[in-house]
Amino acid sequence: MAGAMEKKSNEWRLALPLTLFFVVFFVAPLFLLIGISFQAERRMTGALGLNQYTAFLGDRLNLEVLGDTLLLGVKATLLCLIFGYPLAWLIARVSARLQALLIFLVILPIVTSVVVRTFAWIVILGRRGIFNDAIVALGLSPTPLHLLFSETGVVIVLTQVQMPLMVLPLVTVLQRIDPNLASASQALGASAWRTFFKITLPLSMPGIIAGVILTYTACVTAFVTQSLIGGSRLLYMPMMIFQQAMDLQNWPFAAAVSVMFMISVLVIVGLLVALSRSRAAQLYG
Amino acid sequence: MKRVVDWNEFSFKALFWLLSLITVVALIAPVVVILMLSFTGEEALHFPPTSYSFRWYKALLSANELQESFIISIKVAAITVTASVVLGVSAALAIARSQKAWARGLETLFMSPLILPALAFGFAALMMFSVLGIRPSLFTLSVGHIVVCVPFVLRTTLASLAQLDPALLDCSVSLGASDLYTFRRVTLPLIGRGVASGAFIAFMSSFDNVPVSLFLQDARTQVLPIYLWDIIQNQLDNRAASACGVIIIGTIVLMVLMERFAGFSRFMK
Repeated sequence: MAGAMEKKSNEWRLALPLTLFFVVFFVAPLFLLIGISFQAERRMTGALGLNQYTAFLGDRLNLEVLGDTLLLGVKATLLCLIFGYPLAWLIARVSARLQALLIFLVILPIVTSVVVRTFAWIVILGRRGIFNDAIVALGLSPTPLHLLFSETGVVIVLTQVQMPLMVLPLVTVLQRIDPNLASASQALGASAWRTFFKITLPLSMPGIIAGVILTYTACVTAFVTQSLIGGSRLLYMPMMIFQQAMDLQNWPFAAAVSVMFMISVLVIVGLLVALSRSRAAQLYG
Repeated sequence: MKRVVDWNEFSFKALFWLLSLITVVALIAPVVVILMLSFTGEEALHFPPTSYSFRWYKALLSANELQESFIISIKVAAITVTASVVLGVSAALAIARSQKAWARGLETLFMSPLILPALAFGFAALMMFSVLGIRPSLFTLSVGHIVVCVPFVLRTTLASLAQLDPALLDCSVSLGASDLYTFRRVTLPLIGRGVASGAFIAFMSSFDNVPVSLFLQDARTQVLPIYLWDIIQNQLDNRAASACGVIIIGTIVLMVLMERFAGFSRFMK
């Protein structure tokens, strides 16, 4: 008995290597980042101050970049939800065979390199690409649209690139909903739309929130897609951090920008988690 | 009884099917476009190609820089996966067996690289290595990749440990097996698929990583995705298409194998 007790209390040791690794290579760098963001001077003379933060907040252009980035995430996440939800709903309903195929198609993009997929979109969205050919042929626009190097293009590509992160949690949640609930609702005379909005949608809220958190954080930090599709004229936070850190070698300012960016993302994730808790409280008492 | 068309039902299903169809097409389109483009027989990257050939695949054989960056990416991914599996699986064993708060806290810490902007972490890691006087190398690259790839191994391993009946472990131990023997003969075979799936995602994620590598590589250790990113952004060489073709074909083959032997897609949900 004593032996069993002793063994139970020893099990935390297995987590020790990874904990040490994370303390040294993850927690310590992040604290260093925060520390350097309080360096008053660019040359890091050791003088401390809020100079970097006042410089960031004092320039309207910087705030616009932050706002653009956070809004970009909102737009792409909403599109992921609008186009991803029906697919998840379908996957949860079709035969096992078709389901396996569809899930394979959803997962394939996750493991396929982001650089590769973004490259494909450059070809598709270019002025003489298939997307513009189709739009002109259908008469939707007299001339090809400028999709590359535009925010619309970035939103479209981000939506495609991050779509699986939205669909997969939704599939999990939708598969768990008892199909009898929808049947009961329809047997009692509710229409398909009413059943969806009153039964399926509220019950799938945990999946929506999980999907939104994953998609949103991935969209705002998607450096490759933002820079390749957005080009040099559209500036988002990840590129701003990179330019300040590597091109201008202004580490304290880049650190302050990183901290502001991380705080913004964490606040939004925190709000979403709080929202999911209050939804859960409403639904399950 | 007369069968009336339920417009409500019809409009609901029609809209959901239509949106799903658009999404599925959009999900596969890039892969199809790149595969077709990689076999183009032309000089210019125009889609759809008017003729097909293997010339750009042959051109890869003499693309030395591209091959070097490919080998570096494979090396970093191999180191990353090995370390992530060893560190991640042992941490998962500890976390899964404990109900205590520290276990939940550690789980949150280990999963947080998925939520935090990877670029900010890459920059932070660069500053720390620079403070410590460690120059960018294969080592710094691998360390950065391990931090962002461990969460994948941890997540799938925890998921398969949750399915594991603890009575089996008690049986093994009460029949006199040592802890290590129990782990090797009982635990590992039962969680093997989860570990393999996590390792696969970690491998692909390391192989594809740009935001961390940007800060932790130097001229001698340029990784493949950054090399491709450079080509695509600057000169748009056709070899980029055939290199992407190789990556896609490799990914699909690996994914089919993983699905066949580890039931990989179950762990993605």
